[in-house]
Amino acid sequence: MTTEPDRSADAAEQRGAATATAPPEDPPPADRPAVASAGRSRVGTADLVFKNLTRTAGLGLLALIAVIAIFLVLRATHALSANTGDFLTTEEWFPNATPPKFGVAATLYGTVVSAAVAMVIAVPVAVGIALFITVYAPRQLSSVLGYIVDLLAAVPSVVYGLWGLIVLAPHMKGIQLWLNDYFGWIPLFSGDSVGRSLFVASVVLAIMILPIVAALSREVFLQVPIAHREAALALGATRWEMIRTAVLPYGKPGVISASMLGLGRAMGETIAVALVLPASFNISAHLLSPAGNTIAANVANGWGEANDIGRGALIASGLVLFIVAMIVNIIARAIVARRREFSGSSA
Amino acid sequence: MSTATVSGPDIDSDPDHLRLRGRTLPRWAPLAGAAGAVVVSLLIYLLTPVDSEIQIVLMAALGFVVATTVVSTVVEGGRRARDRFATTLVYTAFLLALIPLVAVLVSVISKGAGRLDAGFFTHSMNGIGARDVGGGIYHAIIGTVEQVLLASVLAVPFGLLVAIYLVEYGRGRISRVISFFVDVLTGLPSIIAGLFVLAFWVLALDQGFSGFAGALALAVLMIPTVVRSAEEMLKLVPNELREAGYALGVPQWRTILRVVVPTALPGIVTGVMLAVARVAGETAPVLLTVFGTNLINSNPFSGEQSSLPLYIYSQAGQPQKFAVDRAWAAALVLIIIIMVLNLAARLFAGRNRLK
Repeated sequence: MTTEPDRSADAAEQRGAATATAPPEDPPPADRPAVASAGRSRVGTADLVFKNLTRTAGLGLLALIAVIAIFLVLRATHALSANTGDFLTTEEWFPNATPPKFGVAATLYGTVVSAAVAMVIAVPVAVGIALFITVYAPRQLSSVLGYIVDLLAAVPSVVYGLWGLIVLAPHMKGIQLWLNDYFGWIPLFSGDSVGRSLFVASVVLAIMILPIVAALSREVFLQVPIAHREAALALGATRWEMIRTAVLPYGKPGVISASMLGLGRAMGETIAVALVLPASFNISAHLLSPAGNTIAANVANGWGEANDIGRGALIASGLVLFIVAMIVNIIARAIVARRREFSGSSA
Repeated sequence: MSTATVSGPDIDSDPDHLRLRGRTLPRWAPLAGAAGAVVVSLLIYLLTPVDSEIQIVLMAALGFVVATTVVSTVVEGGRRARDRFATTLVYTAFLLALIPLVAVLVSVISKGAGRLDAGFFTHSMNGIGARDVGGGIYHAIIGTVEQVLLASVLAVPFGLLVAIYLVEYGRGRISRVISFFVDVLTGLPSIIAGLFVLAFWVLALDQGFSGFAGALALAVLMIPTVVRSAEEMLKLVPNELREAGYALGVPQWRTILRVVVPTALPGIVTGVMLAVARVAGETAPVLLTVFGTNLINSNPFSGEQSSLPLYIYSQAGQPQKFAVDRAWAAALVLIIIIMVLNLAARLFAGRNRLK
């Protein structure tokens, strides 16, 4: 990052508007009054102190992230240098052995697959819920339902994990057997046995992120101008055509970012997965076999008996998760920013 | 199809031509379709060896959607059929989603209520094994309350200052960078926050496991939520208020502290309460930093503590009935705490809406 133009702009800010020859700052956001600078020239130190206090807090946030990254990297490199396997491609996880051999491949695979399957299940249903609440349900019912969805979104993941382990997992046996019997020709559903599989974990994750995605999508759909909806209906559109032409295009960026948030939650989810999955370290295309692990669940399961190298190895895998989550985040931001540009909507 | 349309343009005898709108299904048709799908699926369930309830529910849903769409296509034609298809799809999605979500709540309440007695709240797990009856969550509640309070004390002022900087002062690249990293923190998996505090505070600084270490991890998770909600609220404060302050000669910092922040305060409080409710249910970061114990430790600054989510996790991991019962009861308590915080936040927001 180039800091040069930045620094000059900051210096200009500090000197205030008194300096007539200040290099042009970035224009203030349109909705902020420009009078701020007029006030600053008269009032000296207190203003400066307060401003710098808030700015320090802002910079402190950057420092915090830097410290997080640095410490994770430091701890990770220590373990990675002792690793006798290739960290990115090894499936085994024996960081506590001598010599240690571990790799993130299997857990990363489990993380990505379970989160992806959860997304495939949850996002369409969540959009359906949001549409039902905003478009289909009677008005009184819709505000109550909105409330309930918001509350469900706040239910802690450990509760979903507990429920998934004790209530859902036994019920999933039948449908897994059925998928295995009739769709076994698809490699995803083949395999010899079913049980507490990645599929069950994905379903638990899907149920967990469902209210989160639905609550955010609902808020986005509520923002759709009534005029757009009424215009579509006045032109003779059916309700579905109104949704397709007015609600969905307007809400798309919001739904995408809601889904990405859900994806991030699903990938980072630790406890629900740790409770449901029997930890194992192999990459298997069989979604229904009782095997699999995710990065986060592996950290929760493994850190208790980990030695120094073991902890470093877990931190290294956490770093991978951090990077993946960040990439998802950046992609979401890029999509939302681009959509906003093109659609001219403010959502 | 009526024979009139086949035999020729005999308009008078064809009622369809006299209507303004095309033929539509009666209002009760979707309900009848739904009832039919349920009955047929129940029959299949009773008569055939299909043994999975989930499968039956999915079959009923599919049957409903397909049947309604087919009938609608025949009677009402393409556009209306597509509308029906979307409507039935949305309704079934909603009803299907309700099943697991309601089931979660129902199982927590029904399985948790049994162990909720006074002893559960006033006892710790000291000397209680997984096979033993009894035991309680006293130590876990203490831990959760202390950790969450400490986390709030750390995160709220910090987050508020960052939000003030972003809204009132921030322009140019620095604020964009900060804003971006607030988003990064929002997407930070909670276990990473735990790993970070483990690596930094517990291992590198050798401070050991403690409630405070857990509070540090929870604070990292709270900060972005507080920043974002405070930012939204500060942006809602009308500029006229700021301008009025400046016009009266009030310096900017006093305008912010005495006019802008108080105006936005109800919204900020709501955001903070929601953030508190979220971190109160976090397990992973607490697991790595607080470690968990069966004993009462009311000093968050030294020694292992427990917390409600951690308690649920450790009890649920044991296959004995009494342990699992305790997990359900603790889950019920945790959900109630979080729901109360949420409802309070929303009621508070509803009463003091800033518009």
